[in-house]
Amino acid sequence: MRLVILDDYDLASEWAAKYIRNRIVQFKPTADRYFTLGLPTGSTPLGCYRKLIEYHKNGDLSFKYVKTFNMDEYVGLPRDHPESYHSYMWNNFFKHIDIEPQNTHILDGNASDLQAECAAFEQQITAAGGIELFVGGIGPDGHIAFNEPGSSLVSRTRVKTLAKDTIVANARFFGNDLSKVPTMTLTVGVGTVMDAREVMILITGAHKAFALYKAIEEGVNHMWTVSAFQQHPRTIFVCDEDATLELRVKTVKYFKARMH
Amino acid sequence: MPSNKSVSDAPITQFVNCRILKDHKLQWEDLWVREGKILNPEKLFFDEEGFADHKVDCEDKIIAPGFIDVQINGGYGIDFSQASSDIRGGVALVAKKILEHGVTSFCPTLVTSPSDIYHKFLIVSVLQKVVLLDLLAPVMLLCFSPQVIPELRVQDGGPEGAGVLGIHLEGPFISEEKRGAHPPKFLRTFKAGGLADLMEIYGHLDNVAMVTLAPELANSAAAIHELSGRGIAVSLGHSMADLSQAEEAVQHGAKFITHLFNAMLPFHHRDPGIVGLLTSDRVPPGRTVYYGMIADGIHTHPAALRIAHRAHPAGLVLVTDAVMAMGLPPGRHTLGQQQIDIQGLHAYLTGTTTLSGSIATMDMCVRHFREASGCTVEAALEAASLHPAQMLGISHRKGTLEYGTDADFVVLDDTLTVRETYIAGQKVWRK
Repeated sequence: MRLVILDDYDLASEWAAKYIRNRIVQFKPTADRYFTLGLPTGSTPLGCYRKLIEYHKNGDLSFKYVKTFNMDEYVGLPRDHPESYHSYMWNNFFKHIDIEPQNTHILDGNASDLQAECAAFEQQITAAGGIELFVGGIGPDGHIAFNEPGSSLVSRTRVKTLAKDTIVANARFFGNDLSKVPTMTLTVGVGTVMDAREVMILITGAHKAFALYKAIEEGVNHMWTVSAFQQHPRTIFVCDEDATLELRVKTVKYFKARMH
Repeated sequence: MPSNKSVSDAPITQFVNCRILKDHKLQWEDLWVREGKILNPEKLFFDEEGFADHKVDCEDKIIAPGFIDVQINGGYGIDFSQASSDIRGGVALVAKKILEHGVTSFCPTLVTSPSDIYHKFLIVSVLQKVVLLDLLAPVMLLCFSPQVIPELRVQDGGPEGAGVLGIHLEGPFISEEKRGAHPPKFLRTFKAGGLADLMEIYGHLDNVAMVTLAPELANSAAAIHELSGRGIAVSLGHSMADLSQAEEAVQHGAKFITHLFNAMLPFHHRDPGIVGLLTSDRVPPGRTVYYGMIADGIHTHPAALRIAHRAHPAGLVLVTDAVMAMGLPPGRHTLGQQQIDIQGLHAYLTGTTTLSGSIATMDMCVRHFREASGCTVEAALEAASLHPAQMLGISHRKGTLEYGTDADFVVLDDTLTVRETYIAGQKVWRK
């Protein structure tokens, strides 16, 4: 893996956004050869999205030939609910860029047959030629997407029930009322993300430090599903100083030296 | 670039680089319009996989809902209360001119007039129902009665002018002591207050949006009840009522105060009068009492404007109460059945110091209100759009930029000067 450590949240967001921009630009996508991008939600990637929008508005980055696949969506939450991941992606990203609606893919948490919806999503990824770069985050319990502790490390897109930790972490988006937080989601599996040609995980903040430690300094374990990426050929972890607080000094020094 | 657009093929316009008044705040958001209504772009994106056909660059200007004037007696030489052979033409002329002030909907106001004037203006709506096509109406009129005059009626706005929401009947059931500029010989009282009284005086109520009356008149409760039941906004004004009479009127359905402070008892700390409605604890739950303010710097002292605004900001509705002379040069003119003199921004009843209405325009009122009260830009804009719409019960389609509402809006610069006016998504005026 690559571990990229920046001083603070803003610098980490900028580094990640520049990486995504450069990958897309160097790929030179066309109508016959789209760049497929996996995308996360949550508070961590907001800075990265803001920078990508800036690069688009500067004329440095177009999403015309980019196809996006989001990681997850709540089950049973109306699509236009302000906390749905559809709303998140529209307000924080899609409405500011030139992506075409039919090139965006977000799981439909209100589909009448949830399992068929998940299977169809996997097929859409395959039909698009697989994911070129999957961007993700990490939960405080070390989960990738909504692959909660105990999820199979070879899992595919499916329905998942949320762990208590995750519901508590999400409560702040639902007026701190635990009863209003959805309890089920549709999520890509660990295996789905592992299939991507490259994976970039954004991890910022001291509250994620322990999860990062478990993910990269301990073994591959289904209790900390991000650890699966130790077995991926091309993964980058982008973090800020605070997220490294639980790592060994030796690990941090090694990777920091590689940045210069 | 092909798109689904499964709901409609009509062209979509996206206004970009603008700040729009949304959720009571000015926000850097694009405004999307299709088929004369504000469009939800997120729904367009996900449901229809659609996108804009035209983009309009607003160059960082402000977009606010079109202004709504619920009290305007005329302008540009037109007096709505005067019997004329071309009342429809007169309304149309004013409707067209007020687009320049950012007004997209209004209530032509008739001051206290003799009964036959009301009958003439309001009666043809009956014939309108009988006759299926407007084209046939002149023919039918010739057959039935050569005396009938085209009436004032509810009408959508467009390139020809601002929309008519309905007539505001200011009088004749008002107080003699507080009649202001209204002619005393045409004032009336209620016999029983019911429908019979109203019909005897007005003739028909089909195109009436508001009625101003004095609630201390005997049997007014029945009238208020009858009018409110028909969806007509009852406003208290030109009245000597004390607070409990006013509160009773509100309980019967009254929801507006005509030009607060003017033509009513002044606020007194032991009997606040109608002004006391602003902070009354007798207003039925869930209801708001709205009040018109003429913010022309003349009809209300800025300190009084501030007191009212601070006491009850959510109820403030800016009105022009503009008279025929609005837009005309200084001199002597006719209002209703009387004469007035214009001097600068003042309009007096000839030979007196009684004000007979203002000649300020709605956009001037918005700017003056903002300056005098120190309120936010959003509050000033809402006083001219959202609040009148709420008062009339039409805020589900006018007075806001919510998705699905009529695309009537104004483009303003930072000095709150109107640069462009749109009705149903179409540009109907530009500076």
